[in-house]
Amino acid sequence: MSGAAIVDQNRRDFLFLATGAVGAVGVGAVVWPLIDQMNPDASTLALAAIEVDITAIQEGQIVTVKWRGKPVFIRHRTAKEIDEAVNTPISELRDPQTDAERVKKAPWLVVVGICTHLGCVPLGHEGKYDGWLCPCHGSVYDTSGRIRQGPAPLNLEVPEYAFLSDTKVRIG
Amino acid sequence: MSGSSTYVPKSAVGRWFESRLPIMGLVHSSFIVYPVPRNLNYMWTFGAILSFMLVAQIVTGVVLAMHYTPESTLAFSSVEHIMRDVNYGWLFRYLHSNGASMFFVAVYMHIFRGLYYGSYKAPREVLWILGVIIYLLMIATAFMGYVLPWGQMSFWGATVITNLFSAIPLVGKSVSIWLWGGYAIDNATLNRFFSLHYLLPFMIAGVVGLHVWALHVVGQNNPDGVEVKNVERDTVIFTPYATLKDAFGLAVFLIVYAWFVFYIPNYLGDADNYNNANPLVTPAHIVPEWYLLPFYAILRAIPNKLMGVICLFGAIALLAFLPWLDTSPVKSAKYRPVFRVFFWVFVAVCLGLGWLGSQEVSDSTTLAARLLAFCYFAFFLIVLPLLGLFEKTKPLPASIADAVLAKGAPAAQPAE
Ligand code: HEM
Ligand code: FES
Repeated sequence: MSGAAIVDQNRRDFLFLATGAVGAVGVGAVVWPLIDQMNPDASTLALAAIEVDITAIQEGQIVTVKWRGKPVFIRHRTAKEIDEAVNTPISELRDPQTDAERVKKAPWLVVVGICTHLGCVPLGHEGKYDGWLCPCHGSVYDTSGRIRQGPAPLNLEVPEYAFLSDTKVRIG
Repeated sequence: MSGSSTYVPKSAVGRWFESRLPIMGLVHSSFIVYPVPRNLNYMWTFGAILSFMLVAQIVTGVVLAMHYTPESTLAFSSVEHIMRDVNYGWLFRYLHSNGASMFFVAVYMHIFRGLYYGSYKAPREVLWILGVIIYLLMIATAFMGYVLPWGQMSFWGATVITNLFSAIPLVGKSVSIWLWGGYAIDNATLNRFFSLHYLLPFMIAGVVGLHVWALHVVGQNNPDGVEVKNVERDTVIFTPYATLKDAFGLAVFLIVYAWFVFYIPNYLGDADNYNNANPLVTPAHIVPEWYLLPFYAILRAIPNKLMGVICLFGAIALLAFLPWLDTSPVKSAKYRPVFRVFFWVFVAVCLGLGWLGSQEVSDSTTLAARLLAFCYFAFFLIVLPLLGLFEKTKPLPASIADAVLAKGAPAAQPAE
């Protein structure tokens, strides 16, 4: 091979690597925006918190509010319901959590009203444990929103929330 | 596809054009003089019927898109607007919704035809897998289309199906949120589903092109499952023989289609979908469209979320591995007496799962669904691999022509 050909060869190698490197960066720079544009947008994120007045919720009543497009249950539990939740042995639970870990202030239980199986809205005061029953595939939750029977793997999610006062809750 | 060299257009203009773009030659060699096995039965007309239905869905769909509004507060009423105000809007909507069902009727006939006559075996593996890809794209398209009217069943069906992805370990939740473009199904979801529902049929059209190309490379299978040996004796030319048979099959199919559209247009639909979507209330009984019920039954039969989702997708994915799961060298069930029994049992299992998927969950339906789901998987993973090793098959005819002539002779076996 003549010297000129070798020089040429090196030049082509260099151009190949340089083009390849720029190409890889370019592809990455385009692919990520293409994927990320599908994530929740700024206006969706801006709606992320709500405040709820809970004075009107009677003992035994469950109120459903809409937060981030999905239902949140605010349940004013009766003494009996609280007892049942507190006295359940942890060993019986699929997703072990004590009632205390799931509640901020008695008698209120605040959970996201979405079945952890495939996302249906469970029906309150139904099912074997007086908690919730999911109409879709039969998951049963107790009065602490913990999964007890059926295909759902996890307890009803406890959203981020805080009591702003005795009568006001901020969710999100 | 055989070369276009033999085709010479009659007119001078035709010859001028052909020497610049030989498209008429391609059509001529693929659909006029293309040799088809002379023993094909009516199960072979569903390919043409499917091609017609794809075009029909695209045409009616484009019309609907001219009047539909993909926005969560307006979508439901825009569909009612199509039904009541738009000239012939009701016709196009019923053609499109029942068309999807008819499309699936045809694809199931087509797939079970392939199963019965062993059309997935060498050399048709790639052709078969392209078919499975078409089927997957059809499912995705139909699912997203069903979300567009934004009724209760649209909303909650979409919720259940998109939540399937949340079963993926670690990233599942983020994947669901990414699919939704929010924290639940909402306007963002509706918008992207509309965009994709418009796109996917054109991707299907592309894959159908590959599917037909592969078909024309390896040639069609046939009810006797022996390959063409002598083109003169074993085949007839596509036009007029296959063309006319396909046209007749299509006409009969269209009469059934029209009967649904004009007499029972909502028979296959769900009344709940005439209620506007409500994210706070789940209907008492959620069911997918009929063509997905068997898979839904499998999902519900499994008590564990991740396993349920794996089995659901596995049930479809297994189809792609069929060419290697079936170990028998004999293609057609006509010559496989034991396979033939299992085939019909398998059909019954699929129908049984479909029925169970439409029922409310109870202990007995769950038990039955588990049993049938086991049978479904056993057919692919146990029966097909073993049958090839143990089954005693009947002797194959020497050629397609021999099979046809034997059938004509008085002492021959009863017709299939
Ligand atoms: C939109 C959907 C589809 C269209 C338009 C389509 C179209 C066709 C056409 C025109 C033929 C030739 C005529 C015939 O033999 O019937 C064919 C053959 C075939 N298709 Fe499809 N097809 C579709 C879906 C599928 C699916 C889902 C599968 C399987 C999973 C499949 C498997 C096959 C096989 C194996 C053949 C060769 C059959 C034989 O010659 O025995 N197709 N297809
Ligand atoms: S979505 Fe609740 S049990 Fe399946």
